Amino acid sequence: MTMERIPILRMGNYLLVTIQVDMHDRLAMQLQEDLTTRIAKDQARGVLIDISALDIVDSFIGRMLADIAGMSRVLDAQTVLVGMQPAVAITLVELGLSLPGVRTALDVERGMKLLEQSIDDQTFATRAHEDDGPGGES
Amino acid sequence: MDQVERADALPVRGEIDVVLVRQTVRTWSVQQGFTLVDQTKMVTAASEIARNTVLYGRGGTVRIEALVDGVRKGLRLVFEDQGPGIPDVDLAMRDGYTTGTGLGMGLGGARRLVNEFRIESRPGQGTKVTLTRWK
Repeated sequence: MTMERIPILRMGNYLLVTIQVDMHDRLAMQLQEDLTTRIAKDQARGVLIDISALDIVDSFIGRMLADIAGMSRVLDAQTVLVGMQPAVAITLVELGLSLPGVRTALDVERGMKLLEQSIDDQTFATRAHEDDGPGGES
Repeated sequence: MDQVERADALPVRGEIDVVLVRQTVRTWSVQQGFTLVDQTKMVTAASEIARNTVLYGRGGTVRIEALVDGVRKGLRLVFEDQGPGIPDVDLAMRDGYTTGTGLGMGLGGARRLVNEFRIESRPGQGTKVTLTRWK
């Protein structure tokens, strides 16, 4: 079997992933691995995952998405999930998954704005912290 | 009393089969006239149980039945494996409980997504999970 992969595009400081296939579990794991590698290698500040073509998110895919958000946070990048279909959102919550810690936006444009905002906020917070001078607490 | 209009069976042995089960259940849900939300719930429940069949049941089969009960239409999925079985079904149904590496949301989650849920399991003999959803 050929090694399938979901393409990861780079746009400036961001990585963009559009999931367009019905993923089997190994493909989802591969994406998680590829993304974390690329965040570190490209020093990406944000990841935008477009799932508008996904017609279901089950507990496995849900966990993969939450894990990507968690891992990118550890690597100093923000993740925004965009385009979840309403039927998928209803099902996901009924299944018992609310994807805590995963930020969402309705579409790519809003997702991009959210990423830019959160990275600006973060930079501002870091600067404000640095202004406290060395030895500033917490 | 519900009647089976037509039925089909599929193998559930590997992760590619899980994808095929999802696609087949989608097609049958559409044919039964399910709304988009109901289709999504049924396909998601099928995906959870199909994955369990592969991971914990060492593979098995699913029988898909198109149901009719008077004017009501429905879909029933019967997943069967000859795996090790589940020693404590009540515990396995609990959210967050898993013996594997998953979230432990599969069984309990699937039950919430369908109208009728039945699980029969005997240690050493396998597990049978029946999911039914009505239009």
